Amino acid sequence: MYAVEVKDLVKNYGSFQAVKGISFNVKEGEVFGLIGPNGAGKTTTLRILATLLEVTGGNIMIQGIDLREKPDQVRRVISYLPEDAGAYKHLKGREYLKFIAQFFAEGEEAEALVARGLEIANLGERIDDKVDTYSKGMARRLLVARALMIKPKLAILDELTSGLDVLNAQEIRRTVKSFASQGTTMLLSSHNMLEVELLCDRIALINDGMIVAEGTPAELKQRYDAQNIEEVFVKVVRK
Amino acid sequence: MSSLSKIIRKEVKELLTPATLIPIIIIAVLFGSLGGVFGGVEEQLAEPPKIAVINQDGGSMSLVAMAVFNATSEIVYNGTDVQEALNVLDDKGGVSLFIIPSNFTSDIENDTRGTIEIFWIMKGAGIMDSVPGAAADANLMYVDQAISATLINGNLSDNASLILNPTQYYETTLFKGKEMDGISPIAISSVMSSQSFVMPLIVMMVIIYAGSIVISSMGSEKENKTLETLLTMPVSRTSIVFGKLIGAALVGLLMAVIYMFGMSYYFDSLMGSSSIDLAEFGLTLSIVDYVLVGMSLFASLVFALALCMILGIFTKNYKAAQTMTMPVTFLAMIPMFVTMFTDVDTLPMMVRVLVLAIPFSHPMIAMRSLMFDDYALVLGGIVYTSAVALLTMFIAVTLFKKDILLTGKVSNSDKKSRYPIIALLQTITRKRKK
Repeated sequence: MYAVEVKDLVKNYGSFQAVKGISFNVKEGEVFGLIGPNGAGKTTTLRILATLLEVTGGNIMIQGIDLREKPDQVRRVISYLPEDAGAYKHLKGREYLKFIAQFFAEGEEAEALVARGLEIANLGERIDDKVDTYSKGMARRLLVARALMIKPKLAILDELTSGLDVLNAQEIRRTVKSFASQGTTMLLSSHNMLEVELLCDRIALINDGMIVAEGTPAELKQRYDAQNIEEVFVKVVRK
Repeated sequence: MSSLSKIIRKEVKELLTPATLIPIIIIAVLFGSLGGVFGGVEEQLAEPPKIAVINQDGGSMSLVAMAVFNATSEIVYNGTDVQEALNVLDDKGGVSLFIIPSNFTSDIENDTRGTIEIFWIMKGAGIMDSVPGAAADANLMYVDQAISATLINGNLSDNASLILNPTQYYETTLFKGKEMDGISPIAISSVMSSQSFVMPLIVMMVIIYAGSIVISSMGSEKENKTLETLLTMPVSRTSIVFGKLIGAALVGLLMAVIYMFGMSYYFDSLMGSSSIDLAEFGLTLSIVDYVLVGMSLFASLVFALALCMILGIFTKNYKAAQTMTMPVTFLAMIPMFVTMFTDVDTLPMMVRVLVLAIPFSHPMIAMRSLMFDDYALVLGGIVYTSAVALLTMFIAVTLFKKDILLTGKVSNSDKKSRYPIIALLQTITRKRKK
């Protein structure tokens, strides 16, 4: 069984078609990357998979659950990290993790989730400071912790390290890789081609609402006779 | 163009939006209409009041009184039958029946103040409703003056006290089926005016406070980008909507209680000198009545919050959320002003229907209606407000499941319609039918 099965997905905003019948599958425990230029339909696709936007056409199965039929059930197995996500500013870091954990577990189980979140966030004493005092990197680490502490079956990560410095980005990538090795399926989008190459088992290149290339980083580099994924990206998009 | 003028131009363009202009225009229109109402009062005061008179005396003093009534009022009935007089007054919109008893002249001639029995027809308990009665009341003063002048000119009495105040009154007020002996409509409406002000104010404050909490919460979630996370949690949309509504309702009610303490203290201090206890006239509320007022307030609060939730769905950030409360504020201001100054029962049918169609009107008029045992209006109001509140909540929950929650925009196909919200709801209904 695939963790994610997308078939002929279409998304219209009025008369504008943002996603034009894309299909792809993600295996369990796989890190799958969606890359493409701005406005290609990456975030729309991720938002649909996260049950935030309605599906215009096509079918989506997540962990064997029909997303259109049972979005509430899908929300139990996914965790979504939007590109520009924020946390409740009036809460402290620890309180925010506790607030989220209580939706997934109770009692000791919830405490265990928070403990895992604290470990992922790795914010030291600052975890007891209010979120609005955090730097961008600290806030992103808290949000990644929020997304992964529940050990979701599928983590949907939009622009995972957008705007972060090298050290923060590297730490977050290491965390994601570690969770993937423990069985969490990762579906991510990124403009950082190095990040995609480092993290993803397979990649789909999306342009103008359509998937124009798909494969492992090695396959794609070979197919397009490129040194790296950035070159693949440029060649595919300019084609 | 200088740098300063460029900045001024940018600021004006940024601040002068429909969202800031429309509320000011509506406030101007509201105050304009209030001016019209006050203008109408002046016209009412200029018109002679319609009265009925039963003169059982026929003596010289009663003829003096009759002459004054003829000169200052429009007498719509001059006969002998009390019930007939009251019926005529009712038909012709009269305000009072004056009965001059058979011993009126003889009493005055024997150094005793002559008694005029008055039946006041009270149409409403609003401030404006007492205006025609006040005009008739003023005419009694002219009767007093005319009799005093007669006594002095004819050298008919040397009793200074009698000359200064030759008449006294026994008043009965008829209002909404109740007959209240020994009290005038002015006294009733002055005591009731505290309620007329407090209840609408409280309802409006609760609605505005709680409503702005809901809209601001939505604006804040969108601005801080926390909404998307919340929506992907294993929580039903209905729970999110209800959670936000109940949270805001609790905070709104808490604010109302605090506000109510302040206001009631203020009005108690104003009314402290009043010796009239409305309970003596059967104008009191039972525990059941208070429960009904609470239910009415709760239903309209739920409606307000659901409406604010819908408006919040369209807001993009915290700043935009502030102006989004305006439509709800205006919807609450209309019945507030109406119920403060007049009684809904006395409004023309069309205006009355429009005012009662606003769910916020019902808790504002509930206390006064229950005081006069108008249970049908209050219960009907609760049922109507609850139905509208449920429908609004259903729309809010439905919209919470739509793209519009995140995009804040109606889709292009819906935009083509003249009424985009209606078009969006039609789309939802069509999809449900499929």
